[in-house]
Amino acid sequence: MTGLPDPRDLGSPAGRYRMLRLIRGFEELALGLVKSGAITGGIHPYIGQEAVAVGVCAALRPQDRITSTHRGHGHVLAKGAAPDRLLAELLGRTGGLNRGRGGSMHAADFSLGILGANGMVGAGGAIAVGAAWSARQAGEDRVAVAFFGDGALNQGVLLESFNLAAMWRLPVLFVCENNGYATTLPAATSVAGSATGRAAAFGIPAAEVDGMDTEAVRAATAEAVQRASAGGGPGFLECRTYRFEGHHTMERLMKLRYRTPEEIADWRGLDPLPRAAALLPPGLAAQLDASVAEQLAAAQEFALASEHPDPAGALDHLYADGLRPRAGART
Amino acid sequence: MRLSYTKALNRALTDALAEDPAVCVFGEDIGAGLAGPTLNLLDRFGPGRIVDTPLSEQAFTSMAVGAALTGRRPVIEFQIPSLLFLVFEQLVNQAHKFSLMTGGQAGVPLTCLVPGSGSRDGWAGQHSDHPYSLFAHAGMKTVVPATPTDAYGLLRSAIADPDPVVVFAPAAALPVRETVTWELAPIPLGTARIHREGADVTVVAVGHLVHDALAVAEELAPEISVEVFDPRTLHPFDWTALAGSLERTGRLVVVDDSNRSCGIGAEILATAAEEMRLIAPPRRITRPDGAVLPFALPLDRALQPHRDHLRDAVRAVMKPRSRHDEDPAR
Repeated sequence: MTGLPDPRDLGSPAGRYRMLRLIRGFEELALGLVKSGAITGGIHPYIGQEAVAVGVCAALRPQDRITSTHRGHGHVLAKGAAPDRLLAELLGRTGGLNRGRGGSMHAADFSLGILGANGMVGAGGAIAVGAAWSARQAGEDRVAVAFFGDGALNQGVLLESFNLAAMWRLPVLFVCENNGYATTLPAATSVAGSATGRAAAFGIPAAEVDGMDTEAVRAATAEAVQRASAGGGPGFLECRTYRFEGHHTMERLMKLRYRTPEEIADWRGLDPLPRAAALLPPGLAAQLDASVAEQLAAAQEFALASEHPDPAGALDHLYADGLRPRAGART
Repeated sequence: MRLSYTKALNRALTDALAEDPAVCVFGEDIGAGLAGPTLNLLDRFGPGRIVDTPLSEQAFTSMAVGAALTGRRPVIEFQIPSLLFLVFEQLVNQAHKFSLMTGGQAGVPLTCLVPGSGSRDGWAGQHSDHPYSLFAHAGMKTVVPATPTDAYGLLRSAIADPDPVVVFAPAAALPVRETVTWELAPIPLGTARIHREGADVTVVAVGHLVHDALAVAEELAPEISVEVFDPRTLHPFDWTALAGSLERTGRLVVVDDSNRSCGIGAEILATAAEEMRLIAPPRRITRPDGAVLPFALPLDRALQPHRDHLRDAVRAVMKPRSRHDEDPAR
């Protein structure tokens, strides 16, 4: 495998393609594990939206931080989290990123600036603003990125956070992944005005980007990160994208009809992977695919071999100071 | 030194800010010091650390969570107790859950200070809540100091704590002043204080009600020996100290400015009944179930625990088989 990019280096088109493939393959693997019952609960698959996570994270520096969403695997992987430990987390194992305490919707790796996926729509926005404020207070050059969907555009707290970020010129980038639907509700029937218009109303430079094009997302992010890092304040990107799968894995069983097969097929025609592969020398994409398949096979082996947590430790980490609360049943 | 409750909070903030550059304060009108505890902080520590926020409670609370996750040690002042209802998501669903959900990767050293919780006489339904039981129930560290010395010491410990802590300064305790002849110092969370020792009845009093309990104890002294027990921290609660007190007295009355059902008073009675020495049925005096404080002062007062009720309850637990003597509405 000599000559292939470092799996976490998104600095080249080959590295970015590899990460797109890794996220796609990871999600396919996870879907299978949900179906088999190995992953309990469910996941919100990122398939179709990979160009956003990879394009944004390709323009970030190691010291930059992100907050993510319920559909967070792509962001977490693109920021550098180990796929084997993310998979172990989805499986609820002690080897998981969060020791099996968070699962899909709370995956985090603070050592990489990943302040967590988050189960509440729009919650990551103001947390990222706080991280940006914190960095400025500490005199550190770190940008914070908040990922959120079109559904979050109707959360008041997110709009409040636009105001704080703009007022205090904080180094934060708001990335709206507009996949067209807040669960089943079309953005067209739920967002008055426009996404970019909302940011612009607070004086935040806002751009609309083709969210199926990794290179376009990367270029737009790089510009915003550079501005934020230089003290120019927050930025906003609306990445127009689409999820090829349902909102969550339970939807597969439900046969909902809020999207037409034609619409899904049209967007599949814009799949970011072939577009990224087209930028590579002939044969390289296939080599990278093979390398990803190998990495994912190893990840699965690691994750399934990782131990289930001991129920006696169910309250571990509830308090950072180690406080043990009273048990619910006493003998 | 004569020390007021509000001045004690102000000194705790000043000392914490001076000692640790990671400490910062967020809140509404804190630059002007409208509520008292933040008076003069802006002049001394500057706008980088004393952050006057727009009226966006959810965003600035969440922002403080983000700051706490990344190395700061923020204090948020909430001018009105009911503002905590607006940020229940940010505190209970985010700040409190981060440590467990991340498998211990992240702590949230955030302090929420409510300098005027409970009724302030005439501020009506939306400014008179005293919601400490909700936070203790949710598992957030919850502190209700009764005296200026405790307010100083517990706020210092709250700010130094690695977990989120909510500090309720009862409005009715703010006029309390002490002549302080001792060194003010941090007081560990989770430690109760016995203000007055007694042999017959333990009165557990929360916050400003400690002062009512002391008055009743003094008044009843010729007939009944009352121990006044101030938990100071409601979560974690100092159960060991309570068990020790009940070993001595065996009788319990709790006076708690929460609504009756699911208030901390209910938990104290239940735990004592399950695990501690009781020789008489315990009593509690609380606000009514689901209370909303009405505006008119006689109505506002009618729904809060009162010294008369406390006196009656203490006498009632002294009588054998007297459990139905009391007005069932209380």
